[in-house]
This record gives sequence, structure tokens and C-alpha cells, in this order.
Amino acid sequence: MAAPQSRLNIYDAVAANRWRTVALVTVFTGILIALGYVVGEVFAPGGGVAMVPAALGLSGVSATASYFAGDKLVLAQSQARELAPGEEPQLRNIVETLSIGLGIPPPRIYVIDDTAPNAFATGRDPKHASIAVTRGLVDKLDRTELEGVIAHELSHVGNHDIRVMLLVTVLVGTIALLSDWMLRSFAWGGGGRRGRDRGGGGGIILIVAIALAILTPIIATLIQLAVSRQREYLADASGALLTRYPPGLASALRKIAADKEALEVANKATASLYFANPLKDAPRAMDGLFDTHPPIAERIRRLEAM
Amino acid sequence: MEILIPLVVIAVIVVFVISLYNRLVTMRQRVREAWADIDVQLKRRWDLIPNLIETVKGYAAHERQTFESVTQARAAAITAAQSGSPEQRAQAETALGAALVNLRAVAEAYPQLQAVQEFKDLSENLRDTEDKIAFARRFYNGNVRDYNTAIQSVPTNILAGTFGFTAEQYFEMTDPAQREVPKVSFS
Repeated sequence: MAAPQSRLNIYDAVAANRWRTVALVTVFTGILIALGYVVGEVFAPGGGVAMVPAALGLSGVSATASYFAGDKLVLAQSQARELAPGEEPQLRNIVETLSIGLGIPPPRIYVIDDTAPNAFATGRDPKHASIAVTRGLVDKLDRTELEGVIAHELSHVGNHDIRVMLLVTVLVGTIALLSDWMLRSFAWGGGGRRGRDRGGGGGIILIVAIALAILTPIIATLIQLAVSRQREYLADASGALLTRYPPGLASALRKIAADKEALEVANKATASLYFANPLKDAPRAMDGLFDTHPPIAERIRRLEAM
Repeated sequence: MEILIPLVVIAVIVVFVISLYNRLVTMRQRVREAWADIDVQLKRRWDLIPNLIETVKGYAAHERQTFESVTQARAAAITAAQSGSPEQRAQAETALGAALVNLRAVAEAYPQLQAVQEFKDLSENLRDTEDKIAFARRFYNGNVRDYNTAIQSVPTNILAGTFGFTAEQYFEMTDPAQREVPKVSFS
């Protein structure tokens, strides 16, 4: 057997992701503390400090909850059901075989009954991982293409991308929820008070709060997108190394790109988890910055260059 | 105060050596775990063979020589597993694989046999197991390569020599159908 020129060491990727997880949780906790502080100041001057433990608590709870139950949440939201024994033997077989090649236990397999071809993996580590594929993926792809996609998803499992993505997804959701709630309460409560007895000082704090409430979800989303896009190239490369057959994955990408159908069960929060952008939304003027996935043409080009 | 400086230096060196040592232990452990994966699949292949032979016999009883050679190769593989090195084992398993290719070629000549559900299931199972052996082997060899590289690199090699970490053998089975390794570059 010829030695591969460059082996992507799964253990190095795991170590890198461990640091990434710590950094992400820290950043999100900081954002939550800032939000909490400003909210406290708006509603009771000097009350900002009191909100900090509350923000810390919220961040801790949502991070813990997403760590342990986020995968079930995501699977339920995507209306995925677990594959019954004996159902889709070829799919199960591919998952088992490729898992051996990565040295991970085979993840649980879920099916989403939707004809749009797509897939995602989730969980907190390889022992608690699930992989979900759509009916369309199984029906429309041939064996080598399916192997390519599954290998890509299993690489996400093997190098602990799934944990990072899971935490990011749920934490971004928490921040979006919180700032949404803040904006609403300003609209109802803030306006009346400002009219009656507020001086200039309170107004500035309120403006800062509104600015924060608008900006934080955007920043959080940008972090999420940056994290997810760079992961995709890496998973394509390690997936191709696993199957030893890059054209399989490239051909799957081509088929999925040609398929114009959007995946109905996917939403903005879960889009970045998928193998390819499930929303099929039109490219915008801010091309690149707000995309959940790298352009498929570029992914194919890199695979063909291997 | 001055006595602290050599103490700190010694402490740093000790921590460094301990972490290197632990890294070697972890890597060796990974090689062993990966070996267990191959072992499971090889045993699964042995288990499939008697049934496969019985099924084929029902339709092609006079192909005695083919059955004989598969049975012998299987016995040799089992013996090699008990006493042999990975290299000897790989040789025996390669020979078994070749005998099985022969058996399947013989079975091709019997259309009736091809229609039997049990034969189809067994062939499918065998093919699947051989796929899994290939992947388990790849994972094992990758781990061996990482470990062997580590114990040969400076400064880990000094530690490896002192504490008796020796190079592990690759598990090589020649397989003409094996796919080329793609080149990966990150630019």
C-alpha cells in the first residue's frame, strides 16, 4: 500500500476543535454578559451589574442544554426519523464501513422524508452522533456518490466538528432570541418612559442597547458562518481521503447543485449544518459574507485537483 | 532566589518528558485499538466461509479442489492469527482472499446457484466484510505510520529507546482493486 502523501490526522483536528469550542463559548458568554449589562442599565440605572450573573447563568444553561440535547432538538426540528432495522441496507452498510475507516463507532442513521438531496451530522462526540440523510439523497445518488457524501459527514463526526457546530447553532439561536426580546421590550416599555421623565443620559444608554440588540445577532451569525464554511472544505478533503475516490463526492455535489428544490424542514438556524446549502436562496449582493456554505463550484474544483 | 531557577528548569524538563511519554502511550494504544477492528472483520470473514462452501457445494459438488483450497487457506489464516506476526497473518489472509476469488469465479459458472437467495446474501455479506477489512486496515496502517514516525523523530526517539517503545508492523494485503490515494493540498 502506497503511503498517502498527506494524511489528515483526525486527532489533530479533534484537538483544534477542542480549543475552538472553548473560544466560542467564551465569546458567546461575553456577548451575553454585554447584552445583560445593557438591559439592566436601561430598565434600572445601576442595575446592569445585577444582570451579569443572570446572563452568565443563561449562557451556562444554554451551552449545557445544547451540549447534551441539541442533537435531539435539531433532529426533531428537521423531522428526521431513525432508520428501522433492515431498512436501506446499502445506506447502513456504507455508514458502517466508512466508520471503520475513521475508527469511530457507526453513528445512528436518520431519514428525512423529503425529495431534496441533502444530509447532515450532529451530536456531541462520535459516541453520541447521528447522521441524517434525506430520502432524495438516497434515491438520486448512486453508490459512489452516496459514499462521498457520507464520508464527508462522517469526517465532521470524527473530528468533532459536530460539537462545535451544535454549540454554535444553539448559542446563536439563544442570542437571536434574547435580542429579539430586548427590541420588543424597548418598543413597548422604553418609549413611554422616555417621553415622560428621561433626560439625555438615559437616552444614550437606550440607543446603545438598541444598537447592541441589532448588532449582536448579526455578529453571532457571522461567527457561525465563518466557522461552518471553513469546515466544509476540510470535510470534503478528509471525506475524499477516506473513500480514496474524490470524483464520487464531486459528482454528488454536481447533482445536488443541479437540483433546484429547497429542503422544507431546514431553516436559517440549521442551514449551516447541512452538506450543501438547503435553502437554495439566490446569491445576494453581499456574496460570500452571509453564505452558509462555500460555493459548490469551488468545492468541486478542489476535489478535482486532488 | 537563585536556587529557584535550576528547579524551574528541571520541573519544565520533567513535565515535557512526561507529556512526551504519555503521547507515545496514547499512540501505541490507538494502534492496538485499530488492530482489534481488523481482527473483528477477519473473524467475520472466517465465519462466513463454511456456510458459503456448503451452499456452493449443493450446486457444484464436483468442484472439490476449489473447496479444499479455501478450507485450507482458512485454517492457515486461523493458525496464523494464533501465533503469527501481523506480517505472517497478512500473508495468510491474502492467500485466503485469493482462494475466495477463485471460489466466486467457479460459482459464476452455475446460473442456478446465482439465483439462490442464500448464496446472494452470503456473497453480499462477504463482499461487505472484505470492504470493511480494507477500511479497518487503512485506519490501522495510518495509526501505525503516525506512531512509527513519532518514535523515530527527535527527541521522542531517545525516550522511545529508553522505555522500549518499538516500531509496529503495517498490515499489508495486496489488493489489485485498491484505489489510488488522492493528493490533498491546502492552498
